[in-house]
Amino acid sequence: MHDITLVVNGVPREVRVPARRLLSDCLRHDLGLTGTHVGCEHGVCGACTVLLDGEPIRSCLTFAVTVSGREITTVEGLGADGPSPVQRAFAECHGLQCGFCTPGFLCTTTAFLRDNPAPTDEEVLEGISGNLCRCTGYQNIIKSVHRAAELLAEESS
Amino acid sequence: MKPPPFDYHAPVSVAEAVEVLAEAGAHGKVLAGGQSLIPMLNMRLAAPAHLVDINRVAGLGEISAGPDGVRVGALARHSQVERSPDACGTLPLLRQALKLVAHPVIRNRGTVVGSLVHADPSAELPAVLALLGGSVRLASRGGEREVAAADFFTGPLESATRPGELAVSAFFPAWPGGTAFVEVARRHGDFAMAGVAAAVRLDDDLRVAEARVACISVGPAPVVVDLTAACGNRPVASMDWRAVVSAVQERIEPEADIHATAEYRRHLTGVLVERAVRAAADA
Repeated sequence: MHDITLVVNGVPREVRVPARRLLSDCLRHDLGLTGTHVGCEHGVCGACTVLLDGEPIRSCLTFAVTVSGREITTVEGLGADGPSPVQRAFAECHGLQCGFCTPGFLCTTTAFLRDNPAPTDEEVLEGISGNLCRCTGYQNIIKSVHRAAELLAEESS
Repeated sequence: MKPPPFDYHAPVSVAEAVEVLAEAGAHGKVLAGGQSLIPMLNMRLAAPAHLVDINRVAGLGEISAGPDGVRVGALARHSQVERSPDACGTLPLLRQALKLVAHPVIRNRGTVVGSLVHADPSAELPAVLALLGGSVRLASRGGEREVAAADFFTGPLESATRPGELAVSAFFPAWPGGTAFVEVARRHGDFAMAGVAAAVRLDDDLRVAEARVACISVGPAPVVVDLTAACGNRPVASMDWRAVVSAVQERIEPEADIHATAEYRRHLTGVLVERAVRAAADA
């Protein structure tokens, strides 16, 4: 067993885990943060995407011990005072149906728009291409990403 | 879908890492980005007794570009290389290939050197290394050795890396001409059913002076074919494409699987060879 510290959504959390504990399971089972969803567990679906020091990664393809001491942002940490602009855009544009894939899309989109605040359609497609929505609600998800870019631009102006 | 148990090691230096790997021998496995290894562990396709996590090893993240080429350290992520103006300025083929590697989020963790050592016959980076005649530097308790790409990829998911060795960097030589990487996959970001990297150098009269391709998903390792003779020192506009394509098709050994028949892969490779050579000549 390994004693590790993860700074999750700004809060240092100490936890004792076996080396084989996936970050996704550490967040959900050890820390009780069930907002991060686990779909395929081999890196295809993107539902478990979280931010590691601000960069989106697959938490199911990362061992918790590997990232000890680092900062993790999960969907629970995206909106400190109510829903973030990205979350509001997804609600406004019906960018979710069953909601299973949504935490991954929200984390991916948050980092994507930080790096590319005014993306083209093609860049949005490439940016979210690693996230699957099995309700196939992609059209509204793409609209949501563009709307989130607008909301973020309005907020920063 | 959970990894089997293993003994975990987190060395902080190359010297410590190769010591742990030497002790572990054939039961040891290196963890860098983990974007291929962890799926294999989750699916129980691999069960190493010792996992040597090199993410805390100092000095392995460097990317250095010079006029002769680009050296990439074992902890340099795909996304870091893709965004490096120096690396991709020296060698645009790196960015051309990396854009095709899975998805941006996977590229944030996956490493270039890890992809080489994993040696998937469908992967893009082994083809780039093979096309350019690059090399991989392997460290062990006994010292270091540099293995040329032609000797490095020994089979599907098999490289020349021996038990006890750690791949510390790879060197991609610069190419004095144009390059391109094209592929066809069922879905964006999936492994390609066929793919072709091309490097072409034109002479002052815009005739093809040198051309070669590396093909993926059509053999146990990347298949490199020198097309200089088949291109016949002609300009691209008057190329005998049938001769060029058949020079490649007679060298590849595609196999059928759930994604495509062998014949379809052969056809795709032919189409992609023409596209890649044209694009590389234009680049």
